[in-house]
Amino acid sequence: MAEPILKVENLKKYFPIKRGFIDTLKGAPQRKVHAVDGISFEIFKQQVFALVGESGCGKSTTGKLIVKLLEPTDGKIYLEGQDVTEVRTKEELLAYRRKVQMIFQDPFSSMNPRFRIYDVLEEPLLIHGIGETKAEREELIYKALEMVKIVPPEDYVGRNPHMLSGGQRQRVAIARALILNPTFIVADEPVSMLDVSIRAEVLELMKELKEKMGVTYLYITHDMSTARYFADWMAVMYLGRIVEMGPAKVVIDNPLHPYTRALLAAVPEPKPERRNIIKELPIKGEVPSAVDIPPGCRFHPRCIYAQKGLCDVKQPQLIEYEHNHWAECHLVGKY
Amino acid sequence: MAKPVLEVRNLKMYYFTTRNVVRAVDDVSFELKKGEVLGLAGESGCGKSSLGFTLMGMPTPPGKIVSGSIKIEGREIVGLPENVLRKEIRWQRISMIFQGAMNALNPVYTVGYQMIEPLIYHKGMNKDEAIDRAQKYLELVGLDPEIVYRYPHELSGGMKQRVIIATALLMEPSVVIADEPTTALDVVVQAQIINLMKRLKKELGLSMIFITHDLSILAEISDRIAIMYAGKIVEIGDSEKVYYEPAHPYTQKLLAAIPRLHEDVERLEFIPGQPPNLADPPKGCRFHPRCPYVMQVCKEQVPELREVDKDHYAACWLL
Ligand SMILES: Nc1ncnc2c1ncn2[C@@H]1O[C@H](COP(=O)(O)OP(=O)(O)OP(=O)(O)O)[C@@H](O)[C@H]1O
Ligand SMILES: Nc1ncnc2c1ncn2[C@@H]1O[C@H](COP(=O)(O)OP(=O)(O)O)[C@@H](O)[C@H]1O
Ligand code: SF4
Ligand code: SF4
Ligand SMILES: [Mg+2]
Ligand SMILES: [Mg+2]
Repeated sequence: MAEPILKVENLKKYFPIKRGFIDTLKGAPQRKVHAVDGISFEIFKQQVFALVGESGCGKSTTGKLIVKLLEPTDGKIYLEGQDVTEVRTKEELLAYRRKVQMIFQDPFSSMNPRFRIYDVLEEPLLIHGIGETKAEREELIYKALEMVKIVPPEDYVGRNPHMLSGGQRQRVAIARALILNPTFIVADEPVSMLDVSIRAEVLELMKELKEKMGVTYLYITHDMSTARYFADWMAVMYLGRIVEMGPAKVVIDNPLHPYTRALLAAVPEPKPERRNIIKELPIKGEVPSAVDIPPGCRFHPRCIYAQKGLCDVKQPQLIEYEHNHWAECHLVGKY
Repeated sequence: MAKPVLEVRNLKMYYFTTRNVVRAVDDVSFELKKGEVLGLAGESGCGKSSLGFTLMGMPTPPGKIVSGSIKIEGREIVGLPENVLRKEIRWQRISMIFQGAMNALNPVYTVGYQMIEPLIYHKGMNKDEAIDRAQKYLELVGLDPEIVYRYPHELSGGMKQRVIIATALLMEPSVVIADEPTTALDVVVQAQIINLMKRLKKELGLSMIFITHDLSILAEISDRIAIMYAGKIVEIGDSEKVYYEPAHPYTQKLLAAIPRLHEDVERLEFIPGQPPNLADPPKGCRFHPRCPYVMQVCKEQVPELREVDKDHYAACWLL
């Protein structure tokens, strides 16, 4: 098999919690948020790898570690074989950022409101010294806007971000990521804030660019249905761990982990004939804090299949149960 | 057939800003039957919340009801003075779960205080009576009644939303408007809240308007569905009819834009362009700049809602 574009190995990110004066005096132990707690995965060229899970499970932190907005506590990230943790100097970082771009959830807050769309797109070109003359840069900017179907570009370049619709703004954000011709894009909930009618348009566009430009994506989302539509692979995260991983369709149609099953059962489906049926939700309570991780299987307090003496003491490992299909649960196939 | 608890006729509510007039609710008519959930869907900015606030008799400034009628259990509320609305209508007859309300709970007061303050103020209840009632409704929504003594930051998102729902039910209103009650929640909590609403509907016979932009969530709970576009209802009818035989091109496109969990969709449909500016909406059918079937008449004349099937109406010149 080909080499992966991105390889993540036992990646961890802990955020220390600020301690009060008294706690420090008492020498109370430093408490930490276990945002990402030892995850590994690989992404191959021109594939879309979806990271799904409830809020707070560590999806965005993983994305930020990959684009180097954060430094890991432990673990490795390799991009095209290069150890990303070794990227340190300003020049190295600049070169890295050119290859790896991020699209954020809120297209509005990720743009300077006083910038014109032209400036929004020119900024990365100036930072990376691409396009020697103004005319060259202008050509690149117009091309990028055409690619995301903001046409004709001359009608839009003079506007400020608030003069665009949500969908247009998100397409400009994609154009800004694409203008540097990256190999890898981290798209963090890129369509969550958009209306359905526009959501489909942005997803279609991202799909098309994957084919045309050969981009590889990490697609972060809490929405299983768009993940099925857009992604080739899927990893389900819970409290900083990957609990299930495999081809998106396989994970959705044949989930192995109790948490994945619960997530899928909770997805609303447009079937009005079932409106009076109370849905069975095979899960208890809500996500606990990422500070006090439960012992054993961290999902056990919410798992309806948890076995005393096993699940609450022993941490399960991510195991390949079927070809290309992993799960982290003691009782796969037995619950 | 049961008499409707809510009858809305030709309702118009415009925002009179210093620069222009935003026609957020523009000639809306519908009925809500007793014990029924009417789902109201539409893109962001189409006027869903504006309609909700108007039904409560409290359009947000600079909004004003321009014309039309709102009857709750036969009683006209358009034109009633504010003190009557406050004393006799709002919260008692019609209540609302506001969009984002769970994040607007005041952190310095206990949950109980925030729930009962209006009871003491509106219904002249004494404090013990009010606390009793708050506890009864907290229990009904699946919470520990002792929560009245807790502060908002001690509750999870799902618990806070349950508190908001209990608060909307406190005065036993005939109509409840739920504006995006599950939007900010994670999928599991969202499903738990939808289950709760289904249970309340069954146990209390709640008549409810459920507002959301998410058509999948709407299908989970609604008996009938109204699709709103640019300040107008463009289609309304039985949920099954609207989902399986959508009549309006906008509804058809919206449904085709939803990715399905267990189906492989080759290409999702989308609607080119964007919803119109309500300060200057297109002439004729407001959907015409985005409609693939647009005809000359669409650009000139406003289509009215007409019956396409039993209890199924749509506003389109094709029909
Ligand atoms: N106080 C106000 N003054 C002026 N215009 C307003 C005001 N409140 C809302 N609007 C406008 O009225 C229209 C309808 O807004 P409304 O909040 O009802 O939309 P909505 O359908 O609830 O949208 P969402 O799904 O985003 O909640 C929009 O164009 C909005 O900008
Ligand atoms: N800069 C930070 N400092 C402290 N805690 C953080 C920080 N960023 C994220 N967290 C915490 O890490 C966990 C994972 O967060 P995040 O990666 O944003 O989750 P997701 O994107 O899946 O919603 C959460 O508990 C969150 O509160
Ligand atoms: S290991 Fe035990 S608690 Fe964890 S998911 Fe599997 S059955 Fe549930
Ligand atoms: S009235 Fe005309 S423009 Fe409007 S939805 Fe029908 S066909 Fe399309
Ligand atoms: Mg996030
Ligand atoms: Mg709203």
